[in-house]
Amino acid sequence: MSRVHVTTTVNGDETEFLCDPRETLLDCLRDRLNLTGAKEGCGTGDCGACSVTLDGRLVCSCLVLGVEAEGREIGTIEGVAQGDELHPLQRKFIEHAALQCGICTPGILVAAKALLEKSPDPTEEEVRYWLAGNLCRCTGYDKIIRAVMDTAAEMREAV
Amino acid sequence: MALDDSKREFRFVGTRPDRPDGLDKVTGRARFGADMNAAGMLHGAILRSPHAHARIVRIDTSKAEALADVKAVVTRADFAEVPFKPGLAGEVWNVLENVMAGDKALYDGHAVAAVAATSALAARDALKLIEVEYEELPYVTDVNAAMRQDAPVIREGAADFSVPDDMHPNVVRRHESGHGDVEAGFAEADLVIEDSFETEATHQGYIEPHACLGQLGKDGKGELWCCTQGHWIVQKTCAALLGIETANLRVTASEIGGGFGGKTTVFIEPVALALSRKANRPVKIVMSRAEVFRATGPTASASMDIKVGMKKDGTITAAQGEFRLQGGAFPGAPGDMTAMCAFAPYDLKNVHQVGYDVMTNRPKQAAYRAPGSPMAAFAVESVVDELCRKLDLDPIEVRLKNAAREGTKASYGPRFERIGLVETLEAAKAHPHYAAPLKPGQGRGISCGFWFNHGGETSVSLALSEDGSVQLMVGTPDIGGSRASMALMAAEVLGIPYENIRVTIADTASLGYNDVSHGSRVTYASGLATIKAAKDAVRKLSQRAAAKWGIPEDAVKWEDGCAVPSGPNAGDFDPLPLAEITAEMGQTGGPISGHFEATPEGAGVSFATHIVDAEVDRETGATKVVRYTVIQDAGKAIHPTYVEGQFQGGAAQGIGWALNEEYIYGEDGRLQNAGFLDYRIPVASDLPMIDTVIVEVPNPGHPFGVRGVGETSICPPLAAIANAVSAAAGVRMRHLPMSPPRTLAALKARDA
Amino acid sequence: MPEVHLWSGLRGLADGKESVEVEAGTVGELLDALVRAHPALQEAIDAGVSVAIDGRIIAGSLTEPVPEGSEVYLMQRLRGG
Repeated sequence: MSRVHVTTTVNGDETEFLCDPRETLLDCLRDRLNLTGAKEGCGTGDCGACSVTLDGRLVCSCLVLGVEAEGREIGTIEGVAQGDELHPLQRKFIEHAALQCGICTPGILVAAKALLEKSPDPTEEEVRYWLAGNLCRCTGYDKIIRAVMDTAAEMREAV
Repeated sequence: MALDDSKREFRFVGTRPDRPDGLDKVTGRARFGADMNAAGMLHGAILRSPHAHARIVRIDTSKAEALADVKAVVTRADFAEVPFKPGLAGEVWNVLENVMAGDKALYDGHAVAAVAATSALAARDALKLIEVEYEELPYVTDVNAAMRQDAPVIREGAADFSVPDDMHPNVVRRHESGHGDVEAGFAEADLVIEDSFETEATHQGYIEPHACLGQLGKDGKGELWCCTQGHWIVQKTCAALLGIETANLRVTASEIGGGFGGKTTVFIEPVALALSRKANRPVKIVMSRAEVFRATGPTASASMDIKVGMKKDGTITAAQGEFRLQGGAFPGAPGDMTAMCAFAPYDLKNVHQVGYDVMTNRPKQAAYRAPGSPMAAFAVESVVDELCRKLDLDPIEVRLKNAAREGTKASYGPRFERIGLVETLEAAKAHPHYAAPLKPGQGRGISCGFWFNHGGETSVSLALSEDGSVQLMVGTPDIGGSRASMALMAAEVLGIPYENIRVTIADTASLGYNDVSHGSRVTYASGLATIKAAKDAVRKLSQRAAAKWGIPEDAVKWEDGCAVPSGPNAGDFDPLPLAEITAEMGQTGGPISGHFEATPEGAGVSFATHIVDAEVDRETGATKVVRYTVIQDAGKAIHPTYVEGQFQGGAAQGIGWALNEEYIYGEDGRLQNAGFLDYRIPVASDLPMIDTVIVEVPNPGHPFGVRGVGETSICPPLAAIANAVSAAAGVRMRHLPMSPPRTLAALKARDA
Repeated sequence: MPEVHLWSGLRGLADGKESVEVEAGTVGELLDALVRAHPALQEAIDAGVSVAIDGRIIAGSLTEPVPEGSEVYLMQRLRGG
């Protein structure tokens, strides 16, 4: 099958790739652009390990086709830190030990960042429901929720 | 092994520093199984049986092979011949048969052929061109049905010595143990309750599907990258299945995205290597989620009969149980462990337990966190709870009255060493959760849980750098933050900062053999080996100091990261810091490293007590866990935050098992819910915060007192939640998961 | 001489005995002596056993010493997840 040329912006950088029209955005990020931070846990949009933003909107990249990235802006875990400056969420996840194996961590960080951008003062319940699409099998979510709440508090103080 | 070096006062151990792999994992650059690529790499895909049980009459791969994109196709003929043996003696054959079917497909999802092609899509397309002619056979997926005399026979000759001749060939192992006279014990009781319980098979549910990248040449030399709980067992098994020498295959463990027991064996790794050998190119295989569900290790499902007798004062007079476990189409279901764990929390004069390992047409069960123990606890602790209710006794007091202590003869035979069950019960009794008022419609449940823990073959190497920093090489993949604990233990012995120690999971070519990261053994065994390796290095450092000072070796001791004279008579020398010794080590005798290799025996068993409050919606049957407290003996918590993490994670998995998760088979013998949408693991909005209490009753078998904590945390939840739901719903729940339809049916039956 | 207790599933292979006295200084010698006394135990021991010596569980090491007069229990080989 002939490949399609796609021009897109990933973490602020203009990027091009060729892909099979059947390939998902997740496949393209991982296999074409070597951005392996987004993970495939299910391929059906149930686990959220592949979470990225598409024009600022949180999506499962396994449910988006690579060709749909044409002309769009994509944000991945690799773009969450600014240079050597970690995003507060990243810092707090380490501090709170909000990860064990770490496979769900990139997706959860991308999702949590999207939450805090739209809702800087979420309740615990809001955080739990927002992250309900991101499965974690190791932690029982306790330390993840605490890390997100603590980050939100710190970011509000910084404003 | 002598443990003359035990230590109870700590400088680093018990602190909570950031984990060394934290930065890699929050930035997305940590490399997991599927994150590795190689030049010229092909992509593998596996064709799987759609039938629960079928003879493979013919496989025609010619159409697939004719595709330009396809570079290799393999079937069972491409693997080594391995001798068949009954029971677990034939485990290598069992693994081979599971990795690639021989004469028969034994379950829905069983691998029958594989291809390697230039892209993942091309490989998947090629699978559709492989023609397999099946002759369908009768099948059985339920444990009790599989034991009946009219059940289809999955494989003759799979039963070992322990099974009586008159049992069905699907019963492959039997365990029986206990002591005393249970009939006499039941006669002494004021109340005897006999009941039956079932648990469904659940999957470990790690978020990372199995993935590997393998390369094998015609010369028998190969390289393998994979996500595994133990790369030496992968090395050994792959070598056996491919007919190559073990040392010729170098295996590197990737970061692992969860395992919980499910990544202690091989599935796709030998297939990738077989494809690579044929294509002479590296081959990557990544499982889909549906493949993970259909073809990798769920835990066993269980059917259990329990009988317990109690006096009015709460004394248990006798207990017996029969545990029938289904572990798929191969021997291995932990009927023995289930039986041995069932009554372990109790001091019993009369106890008798029988466990069966039964084959069905389901995927080969794999270990899942304390295999067997959670099911046993569910059945036993439900009956004990019911006895407490009927006799109007406090469930914690009754457990304290009958609790196993140091010196108690365990239900599985020997006497207990120092254990911490009573301490967890006392902590539960004193916890505010236990006294907190319940709202209408809520119920509270408690349960104890037990697990053996494990030691296992362990090698650790510790190399000092000239600047005084330290490289620590361990062989147990880090599944929960163990690199942090290892660095803490090494820092404690060496007396240098945690940050100066870099811990690496060494590959199979860089370190001696290591058993798998299982049995809650890593912090115990790799930790013990790390302490011993660090002490070995300290001994060598002290020798250098002694030589420099011109005093005997035994006149030097190690304090706060420095060699110092052991006393006033040894001489008057300034403390010599580690980094000053290593700076000149090249000129004073050569590089300094510490090593330790052994099979530590002294893992120390572990107990926990959980308290749960649950709320049942009477209209939908849905259960919500509203409060949860885990109390567990950790022996000594090296990094308390990660100990809490194990407690919380085990509780959350137990909540899923108790309330929602189950393998559902249709009449056609096929798995009906091979995806996270229909196999529902707990999500953030399902759970409350999970409180933890770390009890520390030191394990005499570890220098710092460590007991493994990874598995015990999943033993009490099924029972504790079932007891809470039973209290809230006013009806005894005997079948897990207590999914909304099942709970609703129980409520309706109660009201009818 | 250490007295080795058998789990009840094994007793049918050892003339119905609950325990067997053997002459042994290590776990390996103990298992060898058991098989010499009751050859039918060979298959069970080959399939894998652990032992507990005075309460301490030895998962697999054959070289562990068995002190004089110790209480020894044979156990089904332990496996973990």
